[in-house]
Amino acid sequence: MHWLFEPGLWSNVAVRTGMGVGVAVAVVSALVGLFTVMRSQSFAGHALADVAMAGGAGAGVLGVSPLAGFVLGSLAGAGAMEAIGVERVRQRDVATGVVLGAATGLSALFLYLITLNSSSTGSTQLILFGSLFSVSNSTFLVVLALSVLVVVALASLGRPLLFASLSPDAAKARGVAVSRVTLSFTLLVAVTVGLSSIVIGAVLSTALLIGPPAAALRLGRRMSTTLFVASMLGVVAVLLGVVLSYDSFYWWSSHRALPVSFCVVVLIVFELLLVSLYRAMSRRRERVVV
Amino acid sequence: MNEISTIVDVRGVDVELGGRRVLTNVNFKVESAEFTGLIGSNGAGKTTLLRMMLGLISPTRGEVLWPTNAREERRVGYVPQKVTLDVDVPLRVRDFVALGDDGHRYGLRRRTRSTWERVEEMLDAVEASALGERRIGALSGGELQRVLMAHALVSRPELLLLDEPLANLDPGATQDIVELLARVRDRQHVAVVLSAHDINSLIGVMDRVVYIANAHVASGPTEEVVRPDVLSALYGHHVDVVRVHGRVLVVSGDPMGPVAAHPDLVVE
Repeated sequence: MHWLFEPGLWSNVAVRTGMGVGVAVAVVSALVGLFTVMRSQSFAGHALADVAMAGGAGAGVLGVSPLAGFVLGSLAGAGAMEAIGVERVRQRDVATGVVLGAATGLSALFLYLITLNSSSTGSTQLILFGSLFSVSNSTFLVVLALSVLVVVALASLGRPLLFASLSPDAAKARGVAVSRVTLSFTLLVAVTVGLSSIVIGAVLSTALLIGPPAAALRLGRRMSTTLFVASMLGVVAVLLGVVLSYDSFYWWSSHRALPVSFCVVVLIVFELLLVSLYRAMSRRRERVVV
Repeated sequence: MNEISTIVDVRGVDVELGGRRVLTNVNFKVESAEFTGLIGSNGAGKTTLLRMMLGLISPTRGEVLWPTNAREERRVGYVPQKVTLDVDVPLRVRDFVALGDDGHRYGLRRRTRSTWERVEEMLDAVEASALGERRIGALSGGELQRVLMAHALVSRPELLLLDEPLANLDPGATQDIVELLARVRDRQHVAVVLSAHDINSLIGVMDRVVYIANAHVASGPTEEVVRPDVLSALYGHHVDVVRVHGRVLVVSGDPMGPVAAHPDLVVE
Protein backbone atom coordinates (compact mmCIF):
# COMPACT_ATOMS: atom_id res chain seq x y z
CA MET A 1 0.00 0.00 0.00
CA HIS A 2 3.04 2.26 -0.06
CA TRP A 3 2.03 3.48 -3.49
CA LEU A 4 -1.10 4.99 -1.92
CA PHE A 5 0.06 6.10 1.50
CA GLU A 6 3.16 8.27 1.45
CA PRO A 7 5.50 8.02 4.48
CA GLY A 8 4.36 9.82 7.60
CA LEU A 9 0.68 9.96 6.63
CA TRP A 10 -0.61 8.07 9.68
CA SER A 11 1.83 9.57 12.18
CA ASN A 12 0.87 13.12 11.20
CA VAL A 13 -1.45 14.52 13.91
CA ALA A 14 -2.89 17.22 11.64
CA VAL A 15 -3.83 14.58 9.07
CA ARG A 16 -5.42 12.33 11.70
CA THR A 17 -7.46 15.21 13.18
CA GLY A 18 -8.41 16.33 9.69
CA MET A 19 -9.62 12.84 8.85
CA GLY A 20 -11.68 12.68 12.06
CA VAL A 21 -13.33 16.02 11.32
CA GLY A 22 -13.81 15.04 7.69
CA VAL A 23 -15.54 11.75 8.51
CA ALA A 24 -17.90 13.37 11.05
CA VAL A 25 -18.83 16.17 8.65
CA ALA A 26 -19.16 13.83 5.64
CA VAL A 27 -21.68 11.65 7.51
CA VAL A 28 -23.73 14.61 8.77
CA SER A 29 -23.68 16.28 5.33
CA ALA A 30 -24.82 13.08 3.64
CA LEU A 31 -27.71 12.50 6.05
CA VAL A 32 -28.96 16.10 5.99
CA GLY A 33 -28.12 16.42 2.29
CA LEU A 34 -30.35 13.49 1.32
CA PHE A 35 -33.40 15.28 2.69
CA THR A 36 -32.15 18.55 1.15
CA VAL A 37 -32.00 16.96 -2.31
CA MET A 38 -35.34 15.18 -1.87
CA ARG A 39 -36.97 18.47 -0.83
CA SER A 40 -35.41 20.26 -3.85
CA GLN A 41 -33.63 22.65 -1.49
CA SER A 42 -30.17 22.39 -3.03
CA PHE A 43 -30.28 26.07 -3.96
CA ALA A 44 -31.14 26.97 -0.35
CA GLY A 45 -28.21 24.82 0.79
CA HIS A 46 -25.90 26.70 -1.55
CA ALA A 47 -27.25 30.06 -0.38
CA LEU A 48 -26.65 29.05 3.24
CA ALA A 49 -23.06 28.21 2.30
CA ASP A 50 -22.65 31.73 0.97
CA VAL A 51 -24.10 33.12 4.19
CA ALA A 52 -21.70 30.85 6.10
CA MET A 53 -18.93 32.42 4.03
CA ALA A 54 -20.04 35.89 5.17
CA GLY A 55 -20.10 34.58 8.77
CA GLY A 56 -16.64 33.05 8.42
CA ALA A 57 -15.29 36.25 6.87
CA GLY A 58 -16.90 38.30 9.64
CA ALA A 59 -15.22 36.04 12.20
CA GLY A 60 -11.94 36.63 10.36
CA VAL A 61 -12.38 40.40 10.68
CA LEU A 62 -13.14 40.06 14.40
CA GLY A 63 -10.35 37.53 14.91
CA VAL A 64 -12.62 34.81 16.37
CA SER A 65 -13.00 31.12 15.47
CA PRO A 66 -14.00 30.60 11.81
CA LEU A 67 -16.22 27.63 12.80
CA ALA A 68 -18.30 29.90 15.05
CA GLY A 69 -18.55 32.39 12.17
CA PHE A 70 -19.58 29.70 9.68
CA VAL A 71 -22.24 28.14 11.92
CA LEU A 72 -23.67 31.37 13.34
CA GLY A 73 -23.66 33.05 9.91
CA SER A 74 -25.44 30.12 8.34
CA LEU A 75 -28.02 29.99 11.17
CA ALA A 76 -28.68 33.72 10.74
CA GLY A 77 -29.17 33.14 7.01
CA ALA A 78 -31.64 30.32 7.70
CA GLY A 79 -33.53 32.60 10.08
CA ALA A 80 -33.64 35.34 7.45
CA MET A 81 -34.96 32.94 4.80
CA GLU A 82 -37.70 31.72 7.13
CA ALA A 83 -38.58 35.28 8.10
CA ILE A 84 -38.95 36.34 4.46
CA GLY A 85 -41.25 33.39 3.77
CA VAL A 86 -40.85 29.78 2.76
CA GLU A 87 -44.38 28.43 2.63
CA ARG A 88 -44.58 28.22 -1.15
CA VAL A 89 -41.81 27.01 -3.43
CA ARG A 90 -41.68 30.26 -5.41
CA GLN A 91 -41.49 32.36 -2.23
CA ARG A 92 -38.79 30.06 -0.94
CA ASP A 93 -36.82 30.58 -4.13
CA VAL A 94 -37.12 34.37 -3.90
CA ALA A 95 -36.25 34.40 -0.18
CA THR A 96 -33.19 32.26 -0.91
CA GLY A 97 -32.07 34.56 -3.72
CA VAL A 98 -32.46 37.69 -1.59
CA VAL A 99 -30.45 36.21 1.30
CA LEU A 100 -27.82 34.88 -1.12
CA GLY A 101 -27.29 38.30 -2.70
CA ALA A 102 -27.05 40.10 0.63
CA ALA A 103 -24.62 37.52 2.03
CA THR A 104 -22.32 37.65 -0.98
CA GLY A 105 -22.15 41.44 -0.65
CA LEU A 106 -21.23 41.12 3.02
CA SER A 107 -18.60 38.51 2.19
CA ALA A 108 -17.02 40.89 -0.33
CA LEU A 109 -16.80 43.59 2.33
CA PHE A 110 -15.41 41.31 5.06
CA LEU A 111 -12.88 39.63 2.77
CA TYR A 112 -11.72 43.08 1.61
CA LEU A 113 -11.28 44.14 5.24
CA ILE A 114 -9.27 40.96 5.90
CA THR A 115 -6.96 41.60 2.93
CA LEU A 116 -6.22 45.08 4.32
CA ASN A 117 -4.51 43.28 7.16
CA SER A 118 -1.38 41.82 5.56
CA SER A 119 -0.71 39.50 8.50
CA SER A 120 -3.79 37.38 7.75
CA THR A 121 -3.47 36.60 4.03
CA GLY A 122 -4.20 32.92 4.69
CA SER A 123 -7.62 33.70 6.18
CA THR A 124 -9.29 34.37 2.84
CA GLN A 125 -8.08 31.02 1.51
CA LEU A 126 -9.32 29.30 4.70
CA ILE A 127 -12.76 30.86 4.53
CA LEU A 128 -13.31 30.22 0.84
CA PHE A 129 -11.73 26.77 0.49
CA GLY A 130 -11.39 25.33 4.01
CA SER A 131 -8.35 24.15 5.91
CA LEU A 132 -8.83 20.59 7.07
CA PHE A 133 -5.16 20.19 8.06
CA SER A 134 -5.20 23.19 10.37
CA VAL A 135 -8.20 22.14 12.51
CA SER A 136 -7.29 22.25 16.19
CA ASN A 137 -8.23 19.56 18.69
CA SER A 138 -10.71 21.86 20.43
CA THR A 139 -12.41 22.65 17.11
CA PHE A 140 -12.50 18.91 16.38
CA LEU A 141 -14.43 18.34 19.62
CA VAL A 142 -16.90 21.12 18.82
CA VAL A 143 -17.41 19.68 15.32
CA LEU A 144 -17.98 16.23 16.82
CA ALA A 145 -20.49 17.53 19.38
CA LEU A 146 -22.42 19.53 16.77
CA SER A 147 -22.40 16.54 14.40
CA VAL A 148 -23.91 14.26 17.05
CA LEU A 149 -26.50 16.93 17.85
CA VAL A 150 -27.54 17.26 14.20
CA VAL A 151 -27.77 13.48 13.70
CA VAL A 152 -29.90 13.02 16.83
CA ALA A 153 -32.19 15.92 15.84
CA LEU A 154 -32.53 14.58 12.30
CA ALA A 155 -33.33 11.08 13.57
CA SER A 156 -36.05 12.53 15.76
CA LEU A 157 -37.42 14.68 12.94
CA GLY A 158 -37.02 12.00 10.23
CA ARG A 159 -40.52 10.62 9.73
CA PRO A 160 -42.50 13.88 10.02
CA LEU A 161 -39.92 15.53 7.76
CA LEU A 162 -40.24 12.77 5.15
CA PHE A 163 -44.05 12.92 5.36
CA ALA A 164 -44.05 16.74 5.06
CA SER A 165 -41.60 16.58 2.16
CA LEU A 166 -43.66 14.10 0.13
CA SER A 167 -47.17 15.36 0.84
CA PRO A 168 -47.35 18.51 3.01
CA ASP A 169 -51.16 18.78 3.06
CA ALA A 170 -51.67 15.12 3.96
CA ALA A 171 -49.03 15.53 6.66
CA LYS A 172 -50.83 18.59 8.05
CA ALA A 173 -54.11 16.67 8.00
CA ARG A 174 -52.42 13.88 9.99
CA GLY A 175 -51.28 16.39 12.62
CA VAL A 176 -47.70 17.15 11.52
CA ALA A 177 -46.69 20.73 12.38
CA VAL A 178 -45.27 21.21 8.89
CA SER A 179 -43.93 24.77 9.29
CA ARG A 180 -42.20 23.89 12.56
CA VAL A 181 -40.67 20.78 10.98
CA THR A 182 -39.52 22.81 7.95
CA LEU A 183 -37.95 25.51 10.15
CA SER A 184 -36.16 22.90 12.26
CA PHE A 185 -34.79 21.22 9.16
CA THR A 186 -33.57 24.52 7.67
CA LEU A 187 -31.67 25.16 10.92
CA LEU A 188 -30.12 21.68 10.68
CA VAL A 189 -29.02 22.43 7.09
CA ALA A 190 -27.52 25.68 8.35
CA VAL A 191 -25.43 23.97 11.03
CA THR A 192 -24.37 21.27 8.56
CA VAL A 193 -23.26 23.82 5.97
CA GLY A 194 -21.31 25.63 8.70
CA LEU A 195 -19.57 22.37 9.60
CA SER A 196 -18.74 21.42 6.03
CA SER A 197 -17.33 24.92 5.44
CA ILE A 198 -14.54 23.97 7.84
CA VAL A 199 -13.73 20.87 5.79
CA ILE A 200 -13.85 22.11 2.19
CA GLY A 201 -14.60 25.80 2.61
CA ALA A 202 -17.77 27.80 2.31
CA VAL A 203 -17.66 27.97 -1.48
CA LEU A 204 -17.44 24.20 -1.93
CA SER A 205 -19.48 23.00 1.06
CA THR A 206 -22.55 22.46 -1.15
CA ALA A 207 -20.60 19.76 -2.98
CA LEU A 208 -20.40 17.65 0.19
CA LEU A 209 -24.03 18.38 1.05
CA ILE A 210 -25.47 17.57 -2.37
CA GLY A 211 -23.01 15.31 -4.25
CA PRO A 212 -23.00 12.08 -2.21
CA PRO A 213 -26.79 12.11 -1.59
CA ALA A 214 -27.48 12.82 -5.27
CA ALA A 215 -25.34 9.81 -6.21
CA ALA A 216 -26.88 7.59 -3.50
CA LEU A 217 -30.41 8.45 -4.67
CA ARG A 218 -29.56 6.81 -7.98
CA LEU A 219 -28.68 3.58 -6.20
CA GLY A 220 -30.88 3.10 -3.10
CA ARG A 221 -34.40 1.75 -2.96
CA ARG A 222 -34.94 2.28 0.77
CA MET A 223 -34.26 5.28 2.99
CA SER A 224 -31.97 3.36 5.33
CA THR A 225 -29.73 1.98 2.59
CA THR A 226 -29.69 5.28 0.70
CA LEU A 227 -28.66 7.17 3.85
CA PHE A 228 -25.91 4.60 4.44
CA VAL A 229 -24.65 4.71 0.83
CA ALA A 230 -24.65 8.54 0.84
CA SER A 231 -22.64 8.57 4.09
CA MET A 232 -20.14 6.06 2.73
CA LEU A 233 -19.69 8.00 -0.52
CA GLY A 234 -19.06 11.17 1.51
CA VAL A 235 -16.61 9.46 3.87
CA VAL A 236 -14.69 7.83 0.99
CA ALA A 237 -14.44 11.16 -0.86
CA VAL A 238 -13.15 12.98 2.23
CA LEU A 239 -10.67 10.28 3.34
CA LEU A 240 -9.33 9.65 -0.15
CA GLY A 241 -9.22 13.41 -0.70
CA VAL A 242 -7.05 13.84 2.39
CA VAL A 243 -4.72 11.03 1.24
CA LEU A 244 -4.45 12.43 -2.30
CA SER A 245 -3.78 15.93 -1.00
CA TYR A 246 -1.09 14.62 1.36
CA ASP A 247 0.48 12.42 -1.31
CA SER A 248 0.49 15.19 -3.90
CA PHE A 249 3.17 16.92 -1.83
CA TYR A 250 5.59 14.24 -3.07
CA TRP A 251 4.44 14.22 -6.68
CA TRP A 252 6.38 17.22 -7.87
CA SER A 253 9.89 18.40 -7.06
CA SER A 254 8.43 21.77 -6.08
CA HIS A 255 6.65 20.01 -3.16
CA ARG A 256 3.41 21.89 -3.53
CA ALA A 257 0.42 19.84 -2.31
CA LEU A 258 -2.96 20.03 -4.00
CA PRO A 259 -5.62 21.69 -1.79
CA VAL A 260 -7.59 19.04 0.12
CA SER A 261 -10.93 20.68 -0.78
CA PHE A 262 -10.06 20.39 -4.47
CA CYS A 263 -9.27 16.66 -4.05
CA VAL A 264 -12.53 16.03 -2.12
CA VAL A 265 -14.68 17.82 -4.69
CA VAL A 266 -12.99 16.05 -7.62
CA LEU A 267 -13.66 12.71 -5.95
CA ILE A 268 -17.32 13.60 -5.33
CA VAL A 269 -17.75 14.50 -9.00
CA PHE A 270 -15.97 11.26 -9.93
CA GLU A 271 -18.37 9.27 -7.71
CA LEU A 272 -21.37 10.97 -9.34
CA LEU A 273 -20.03 10.14 -12.79
CA LEU A 274 -19.39 6.52 -11.84
CA VAL A 275 -22.87 6.08 -10.38
CA SER A 276 -24.50 7.72 -13.42
CA LEU A 277 -22.51 5.43 -15.70
CA TYR A 278 -23.49 2.37 -13.63
CA ARG A 279 -27.13 3.35 -13.74
CA ALA A 280 -27.10 4.03 -17.46
CA MET A 281 -25.51 0.62 -18.05
CA SER A 282 -27.93 -1.25 -15.80
CA ARG A 283 -30.90 0.46 -17.48
CA ARG A 284 -29.56 -0.50 -20.86
CA ARG A 285 -29.19 -4.09 -19.65
CA GLU A 286 -32.81 -4.02 -18.41
CA ARG A 287 -33.99 -2.79 -21.81
CA VAL A 288 -32.08 -5.54 -23.58
CA VAL A 289 -33.55 -8.22 -21.26
CA VAL A 290 -37.08 -6.86 -21.79
CA MET B 1 -74.47 -3.24 12.50
CA ASN B 2 -72.61 0.06 12.55
CA GLU B 3 -74.48 3.12 13.78
CA ILE B 4 -75.02 6.05 11.46
CA SER B 5 -73.68 9.29 12.91
CA THR B 6 -72.64 12.71 11.67
CA ILE B 7 -68.89 12.90 11.15
CA VAL B 8 -68.58 16.46 9.97
CA ASP B 9 -71.15 19.23 9.88
CA VAL B 10 -70.40 22.26 7.68
CA ARG B 11 -72.60 25.15 8.83
CA GLY B 12 -73.11 28.46 7.05
CA VAL B 13 -69.52 28.66 5.86
CA ASP B 14 -68.09 31.53 3.79
CA VAL B 15 -64.51 31.40 2.54
CA GLU B 16 -62.56 34.30 1.07
CA LEU B 17 -59.13 33.87 -0.48
CA GLY B 18 -57.08 36.91 -1.50
CA GLY B 19 -60.13 39.16 -1.11
CA ARG B 20 -62.22 36.97 -3.44
CA ARG B 21 -65.32 35.17 -2.14
CA VAL B 22 -64.75 31.51 -3.07
CA LEU B 23 -67.61 29.92 -1.11
CA THR B 24 -70.82 31.44 0.23
CA ASN B 25 -73.11 30.03 2.92
CA VAL B 26 -72.12 26.38 2.48
CA ASN B 27 -74.18 23.88 4.48
CA PHE B 28 -73.96 20.10 4.39
CA LYS B 29 -73.31 17.10 6.60
CA VAL B 30 -71.25 13.97 6.05
CA GLU B 31 -72.67 10.87 7.71
CA SER B 32 -70.69 7.76 8.56
CA ALA B 33 -70.00 5.34 5.69
CA GLU B 34 -71.67 7.73 3.25
CA PHE B 35 -70.30 8.42 -0.25
CA THR B 36 -70.37 12.14 -1.06
CA GLY B 37 -69.43 13.56 -4.46
CA LEU B 38 -68.13 17.12 -4.39
CA ILE B 39 -68.90 18.27 -7.92
CA GLY B 40 -67.90 21.48 -9.67
CA SER B 41 -65.91 22.76 -12.60
CA ASN B 42 -62.20 23.60 -12.34
CA GLY B 43 -61.70 26.56 -10.02
CA ALA B 44 -65.18 26.23 -8.49
CA GLY B 45 -63.74 25.86 -4.97
CA LYS B 46 -63.67 22.09 -4.43
CA THR B 47 -60.10 22.00 -3.14
CA THR B 48 -60.80 25.04 -0.95
CA LEU B 49 -63.81 23.28 0.55
CA LEU B 50 -61.81 20.11 1.25
CA ARG B 51 -58.91 22.07 2.78
CA MET B 52 -61.37 23.99 4.89
CA MET B 53 -62.92 20.74 6.14
CA LEU B 54 -59.42 19.55 7.07
CA GLY B 55 -58.75 22.76 9.00
CA LEU B 56 -55.97 23.85 6.63
CA ILE B 57 -57.98 26.99 5.75
CA SER B 58 -60.14 28.93 8.22
CA PRO B 59 -63.63 29.96 7.12
CA THR B 60 -64.35 33.70 7.19
CA ARG B 61 -67.82 32.92 8.54
CA GLY B 62 -69.60 29.83 9.82
CA GLU B 63 -68.10 26.71 11.31
CA VAL B 64 -67.10 23.13 10.64
CA LEU B 65 -68.21 20.89 13.49
CA TRP B 66 -66.49 17.60 14.32
CA PRO B 67 -67.36 15.16 17.11
CA THR B 68 -64.12 16.27 18.77
CA ASN B 69 -62.36 19.64 18.80
CA ALA B 70 -58.86 18.13 19.14
CA ARG B 71 -57.49 17.82 15.62
CA GLU B 72 -55.20 14.92 16.48
CA GLU B 73 -58.23 12.92 17.66
CA ARG B 74 -60.07 13.36 14.36
CA ARG B 75 -59.73 10.27 12.26
CA VAL B 76 -59.36 11.72 8.78
CA GLY B 77 -57.46 10.40 5.78
CA TYR B 78 -56.62 12.80 2.98
CA VAL B 79 -55.55 12.13 -0.59
CA PRO B 80 -54.40 15.48 -2.04
CA GLN B 81 -54.71 16.34 -5.70
CA LYS B 82 -51.01 16.80 -6.22
CA VAL B 83 -48.36 14.50 -4.84
CA THR B 84 -45.10 15.13 -6.62
CA LEU B 85 -42.94 12.08 -6.23
CA ASP B 86 -39.56 12.04 -7.89
CA VAL B 87 -38.74 8.77 -9.58
CA ASP B 88 -35.64 8.48 -7.37
CA VAL B 89 -37.44 8.78 -4.01
CA PRO B 90 -35.93 5.85 -2.08
CA LEU B 91 -39.15 4.47 -0.69
CA ARG B 92 -40.92 1.23 -1.39
CA VAL B 93 -44.69 1.40 -1.68
CA ARG B 94 -45.16 -0.33 1.68
CA ASP B 95 -42.79 2.15 3.40
CA PHE B 96 -44.82 5.03 1.98
CA VAL B 97 -48.10 3.48 3.17
CA ALA B 98 -46.62 2.95 6.65
CA LEU B 99 -45.76 6.65 6.75
CA GLY B 100 -49.52 7.32 6.71
CA ASP B 101 -49.70 5.54 10.06
CA ASP B 102 -46.65 6.81 11.94
CA GLY B 103 -45.39 9.74 9.82
CA HIS B 104 -46.61 12.23 12.44
CA ARG B 105 -44.53 10.64 15.22
CA TYR B 106 -41.13 12.00 16.18
CA GLY B 107 -38.28 9.63 16.93
CA LEU B 108 -37.12 6.44 15.30
CA ARG B 109 -39.21 3.71 16.81
CA ARG B 110 -39.05 0.46 14.88
CA ARG B 111 -42.29 -0.38 13.16
CA THR B 112 -44.12 -3.21 14.86
CA ARG B 113 -45.43 -6.34 13.22
CA SER B 114 -48.99 -5.04 13.66
CA THR B 115 -48.13 -1.86 11.70
CA TRP B 116 -46.78 -3.95 8.82
CA GLU B 117 -49.84 -6.21 8.99
CA ARG B 118 -52.10 -3.17 8.73
CA VAL B 119 -50.04 -1.87 5.79
CA GLU B 120 -50.51 -5.19 3.97
CA GLU B 121 -54.21 -5.21 4.87
CA MET B 122 -54.69 -1.75 3.35
CA LEU B 123 -52.67 -2.58 0.24
CA ASP B 124 -54.92 -5.61 -0.08
CA ALA B 125 -58.03 -3.46 0.46
CA VAL B 126 -57.07 -1.23 -2.47
CA GLU B 127 -56.02 -4.28 -4.49
CA ALA B 128 -52.38 -3.19 -4.64
CA SER B 129 -50.67 -6.02 -2.71
CA ALA B 130 -48.45 -6.77 -5.70
CA LEU B 131 -47.02 -3.23 -5.60
CA GLY B 132 -45.55 -3.43 -2.06
CA GLU B 133 -41.91 -3.79 -3.13
CA ARG B 134 -42.07 -1.28 -6.00
CA ARG B 135 -40.45 2.14 -5.81
CA ILE B 136 -43.14 4.73 -5.02
CA GLY B 137 -41.88 7.06 -7.77
CA ALA B 138 -42.19 4.41 -10.48
CA LEU B 139 -45.96 3.83 -10.36
CA SER B 140 -48.52 4.63 -13.05
CA GLY B 141 -51.28 7.19 -12.31
CA GLY B 142 -53.87 4.51 -11.45
CA GLU B 143 -51.42 2.55 -9.29
CA LEU B 144 -50.39 5.69 -7.42
CA GLN B 145 -54.03 6.56 -6.68
CA ARG B 146 -54.53 3.14 -5.08
CA VAL B 147 -51.35 3.51 -3.02
CA LEU B 148 -52.33 7.03 -1.92
CA MET B 149 -55.65 5.63 -0.78
CA ALA B 150 -53.92 2.89 1.22
CA HIS B 151 -51.63 5.57 2.67
CA ALA B 152 -54.67 7.59 3.77
CA LEU B 153 -56.59 4.53 5.04
CA VAL B 154 -53.83 2.91 7.09
CA SER B 155 -54.57 5.06 10.16
CA ARG B 156 -58.13 3.70 10.06
CA PRO B 157 -59.93 7.00 9.43
CA GLU B 158 -63.70 7.35 9.70
CA LEU B 159 -63.61 9.98 6.93
CA LEU B 160 -61.60 9.76 3.71
CA LEU B 161 -61.26 12.97 1.67
CA LEU B 162 -60.00 12.66 -1.90
CA ASP B 163 -59.21 15.68 -4.06
CA GLU B 164 -59.76 14.96 -7.76
CA PRO B 165 -58.45 11.38 -7.61
CA LEU B 166 -59.98 10.63 -11.01
CA ALA B 167 -58.26 13.45 -12.90
CA ASN B 168 -55.80 12.19 -15.50
CA LEU B 169 -57.06 8.60 -15.32
CA ASP B 170 -58.37 6.78 -18.39
CA PRO B 171 -62.06 5.72 -18.30
CA GLY B 172 -61.24 2.12 -17.32
CA ALA B 173 -59.01 3.13 -14.43
CA THR B 174 -61.59 5.74 -13.35
CA GLN B 175 -64.32 3.12 -13.08
CA ASP B 176 -61.98 0.75 -11.23
CA ILE B 177 -61.09 3.39 -8.63
CA VAL B 178 -64.72 4.41 -8.07
CA GLU B 179 -65.83 0.78 -7.61
CA LEU B 180 -62.87 0.18 -5.33
CA LEU B 181 -63.78 3.21 -3.20
CA ALA B 182 -67.36 1.94 -2.89
CA ARG B 183 -66.05 -1.43 -1.68
CA VAL B 184 -63.64 0.26 0.75
CA ARG B 185 -66.50 2.41 2.07
CA ASP B 186 -68.58 -0.72 2.74
CA ARG B 187 -65.82 -2.91 4.18
CA GLN B 188 -63.93 -0.32 6.24
CA HIS B 189 -67.12 1.57 7.16
CA VAL B 190 -65.45 4.83 6.18
CA ALA B 191 -67.25 7.92 4.88
CA VAL B 192 -65.87 9.01 1.49
CA VAL B 193 -65.88 12.59 0.19
CA LEU B 194 -64.51 12.74 -3.34
CA SER B 195 -64.15 15.87 -5.46
CA ALA B 196 -64.51 15.61 -9.22
CA HIS B 197 -65.37 17.85 -12.13
CA ASP B 198 -67.13 15.02 -13.93
CA ILE B 199 -70.09 13.53 -12.09
CA ASN B 200 -70.75 10.63 -14.49
CA SER B 201 -68.49 8.03 -12.99
CA LEU B 202 -69.85 8.63 -9.47
CA ILE B 203 -73.54 8.28 -10.22
CA GLY B 204 -73.89 4.65 -9.23
CA VAL B 205 -72.16 5.00 -5.88
CA MET B 206 -72.99 8.49 -4.55
CA ASP B 207 -75.31 8.82 -1.56
CA ARG B 208 -75.11 12.60 -1.64
CA VAL B 209 -73.92 15.26 -4.05
CA VAL B 210 -72.46 18.59 -2.97
CA TYR B 211 -72.72 20.67 -6.14
CA ILE B 212 -70.60 23.82 -6.28
CA ALA B 213 -71.20 26.59 -8.82
CA ASN B 214 -70.94 30.33 -8.71
CA ALA B 215 -69.46 30.15 -5.16
CA HIS B 216 -72.69 28.57 -3.90
CA VAL B 217 -73.45 25.00 -2.97
CA ALA B 218 -76.49 22.73 -3.25
CA SER B 219 -76.38 19.40 -1.45
CA GLY B 220 -78.59 16.35 -1.06
CA PRO B 221 -79.43 13.14 -2.90
CA THR B 222 -78.50 13.39 -6.61
CA GLU B 223 -82.11 13.37 -7.85
CA GLU B 224 -83.01 16.26 -5.51
CA VAL B 225 -80.03 18.43 -6.47
CA VAL B 226 -79.52 17.82 -10.18
CA ARG B 227 -82.79 19.42 -11.26
CA PRO B 228 -83.36 22.45 -13.50
CA ASP B 229 -84.84 24.60 -10.70
CA VAL B 230 -82.08 23.85 -8.16
CA LEU B 231 -79.18 24.23 -10.60
CA SER B 232 -80.68 27.35 -12.24
CA ALA B 233 -80.83 28.97 -8.81
CA LEU B 234 -77.23 27.89 -8.19
CA TYR B 235 -75.85 29.18 -11.50
CA GLY B 236 -77.92 32.36 -11.39
CA HIS B 237 -79.33 31.73 -14.87
CA HIS B 238 -81.60 29.13 -16.42
CA VAL B 239 -80.15 25.69 -17.12
CA ASP B 240 -81.87 22.56 -18.39
CA VAL B 241 -81.29 19.00 -17.29
CA VAL B 242 -81.63 16.75 -20.35
CA ARG B 243 -81.79 12.95 -20.22
CA VAL B 244 -79.95 11.14 -23.02
CA HIS B 245 -79.50 7.35 -23.09
CA GLY B 246 -79.91 7.09 -19.34
CA ARG B 247 -77.56 9.99 -18.72
CA VAL B 248 -78.40 13.57 -18.06
CA LEU B 249 -76.76 16.61 -19.61
CA VAL B 250 -76.93 19.89 -17.79
CA VAL B 251 -77.00 22.51 -20.53
CA SER B 252 -77.36 26.24 -20.88
CA GLY B 253 -81.08 27.05 -20.87
CA ASP B 254 -81.07 29.82 -23.49
CA PRO B 255 -83.07 28.29 -26.40
CA MET B 256 -81.81 30.96 -28.84
CA GLY B 257 -78.15 30.46 -28.02
CA PRO B 258 -75.86 27.52 -28.78
CA VAL B 259 -76.49 24.61 -26.43
CA ALA B 260 -73.20 24.20 -24.64
CA ALA B 261 -73.11 20.76 -23.11
CA HIS B 262 -70.38 21.47 -20.63
CA PRO B 263 -68.56 18.25 -19.82
CA ASP B 264 -68.47 19.26 -16.17
CA LEU B 265 -72.22 19.30 -16.02
CA VAL B 266 -73.15 15.87 -17.29
CA VAL B 267 -75.45 14.18 -14.82
CA GLU B 268 -77.62 11.11 -14.86
